[in-house]
Amino acid sequence: MSDDLAQFRATIRTWLEQNCPEEMRDGAVGEDSTCWGGKNWNFTSDAQKIWLERCAAKGYTVPTWPVEYGGAGMNREQEKIWLEELRAINGRLPLQSFGIWMLGPALLHFGSHEQKLHYLPPIARGEIRWCQGYSEPGAGSDLASVQTRGEDKGDHWLVNGQKIWTSYADKADWIFALIRTDREAKKHLGISFLLIDMTSPGVSTKPIRLISGKSPFCETFFDNVEVPKEQIVGTENRGWDVAKYLLTHEREMISGSGMLAGSARSLGAILAEDGGLDEPVLRADVMRAEIDGLAFGLTLERYKDQAEAGQGTGDASAMLKYMGTELNKRRQELVMAGAGSDALSWEDERAPHWLRSKANSIEGGTSEVMLSIISRRILGLPG
Amino acid sequence: MLADAARGFLDDAAPLTKLRGLRDAGKTHDPALWTEMAQMGWTGVLVPEEAGGSDMGHAAACVLAEEMGKTLAPTPFLSTAVIAATALRQVASDRATAALSKIADGTVTYALAIDEGKKFDPETVELTAEKDGNGFRLSGRKRFVVDGGFADRLLVLARTDGGLTLFDIPADRAGISRNATPMIDSRDAAEIDFDKVEATGEDVLGQVDAAMTVLQPALEAGQAALAAEMTGLAAGAFGMTVGYLKERKQFGMLIGSFQALQHRAADLWCECEVTASAILHAGRMLDSDPQAATLAVSLAKARAADTAQRAVQEGVQMHGGIGMTDEFDMGFYMRRARVGAEWLGDYGYHAGVVARLRGF
Repeated sequence: MSDDLAQFRATIRTWLEQNCPEEMRDGAVGEDSTCWGGKNWNFTSDAQKIWLERCAAKGYTVPTWPVEYGGAGMNREQEKIWLEELRAINGRLPLQSFGIWMLGPALLHFGSHEQKLHYLPPIARGEIRWCQGYSEPGAGSDLASVQTRGEDKGDHWLVNGQKIWTSYADKADWIFALIRTDREAKKHLGISFLLIDMTSPGVSTKPIRLISGKSPFCETFFDNVEVPKEQIVGTENRGWDVAKYLLTHEREMISGSGMLAGSARSLGAILAEDGGLDEPVLRADVMRAEIDGLAFGLTLERYKDQAEAGQGTGDASAMLKYMGTELNKRRQELVMAGAGSDALSWEDERAPHWLRSKANSIEGGTSEVMLSIISRRILGLPG
Repeated sequence: MLADAARGFLDDAAPLTKLRGLRDAGKTHDPALWTEMAQMGWTGVLVPEEAGGSDMGHAAACVLAEEMGKTLAPTPFLSTAVIAATALRQVASDRATAALSKIADGTVTYALAIDEGKKFDPETVELTAEKDGNGFRLSGRKRFVVDGGFADRLLVLARTDGGLTLFDIPADRAGISRNATPMIDSRDAAEIDFDKVEATGEDVLGQVDAAMTVLQPALEAGQAALAAEMTGLAAGAFGMTVGYLKERKQFGMLIGSFQALQHRAADLWCECEVTASAILHAGRMLDSDPQAATLAVSLAKARAADTAQRAVQEGVQMHGGIGMTDEFDMGFYMRRARVGAEWLGDYGYHAGVVARLRGF
């Protein structure tokens, strides 16, 4: 077994050596450094385009997806090796997207074979970019009270309403959305999970400016939008099941922001480099954050291993989301404190990152919603 | 598996009433319990099979320590089965093998005499071992010697001409006087005076002036197991607290239905989960790559100290007044958490180790 993995590692290493363009080996993690894909994507360099195409051809953009849907069919051990080898050459990820992190896993679980064949390969190749239509002005933490409605018109739904916090809606090609298709049923039982082409007549978007300056968030409006009946995932009025499943993946994705605070880079070492740790109280706070970050990183690994072994993280993803995002907010505060007045200019990238991090414990379910999920579903405390 | 088996045994042989009973009887140790653990192979968990041990490794030792922590089983497991056994394993000699087999069969207990000041600081040693003919004379005082009141043998860290040396001597040797400390956790500890205590070259564990070669691995093994014990302690206190939230009524409803308490309990559960990951990692590192385990061990000890102390403080607060009574068990958890946080290095000590190894 370990011989097989060693062989696998050697294969990956050789392939990376021969195929990853030099320009993609700078470890850059900026907003556009990694391709987001989609028809509206402007490649920042030829190398970025070549890198995507080479990886997509091997299924490396979505390593664990089945080969027939555009993946490489790797197991978790192999995926770890792929990521380790990529990190070893400081390589950028070839592609990132909500299609990969959120819709893909939901489709793999709930979609029909035809839907998987139709929607997954374009995500894997970076051809179609997806956004998420969940929250509404009146449905934040109480997500199941969404009001955007879909009227049954025989061969299609007629969708009217408004979504908010639709990240990158202005750049996305398609949206997956929670639409109320039964207004009489109890609120969790009248929602359907629909896939909507953003170029459909009646869809419009408007960006939202955040405290951190520019932001990817938008409002998205639906004005008599016709959505064909086959563009539903799962059963009609049972979209909440899909939504919940997808939310656990979203939470795991967001909790990854706390992972950055863990094993990858030592915050203390970064701050100490330019004398930012001379102050003893700050130094003590950084030591605590370092310890908690490392332990959280180990927890993320432990849960991923459990998931691989078939013990799904499920409700426990609420813990990862809560701990990861609170940790990242702490880390960002410490980065600002360590940088002092150096970080107070809009020309410095630290301030926007610090401000943006404040949303981490709100988006994808607030910290308080996570704690309530844990207390009811894991601890069994009365509702 | 191992955890379940251990739990089954401990629920029978060492529930929390065991420690309470010993305390009420003015005792700190139960030799019969130790003998039972020896029969199950626990005292030899880190003893090689050729010396009669079960040699299950550090991860297994941590599992046992964690289960003992859940009910505060009063045993010299850490001093003897983990710390002394690990130290003895670093030495290849017939004498060390014989000592290991006595640990495995449960006939000898050990205590580590290392602290002299109020904080863990193994490099600062005043107790001297002066050359005397072919041997040494040990003079000085050790304090907070855990299990030192009853242990059969002592591992004593002493200053020699060119550095530090570790001695393995019987606790009843002439010149040694032991004063038991009445500890808040109802466990055993002693202050020990050494008045020109004779030691031969045979009593040196490892090499003269090179104590750390033997002691460092033993300390790390002990720190990891203590962290595991404290994680078990936190789980025990937390389980008790959640149980109480589900049965206590005020204002006509279960207090566990109040969001203020739910969120505190959920937050604490998250802390326990994260700490559990650090403990697992430390045990695995000690088994797979002991030379590189220092970071993992200090991370585990720091997290465990923090989590255990939070768990007991939240435990008392969420229990309300009854949590303050001696009749209730939470006080036992709280007092042991305080002692465990201090022993073998507190949060600050281990945070310093982590910072150094992480480059700042």
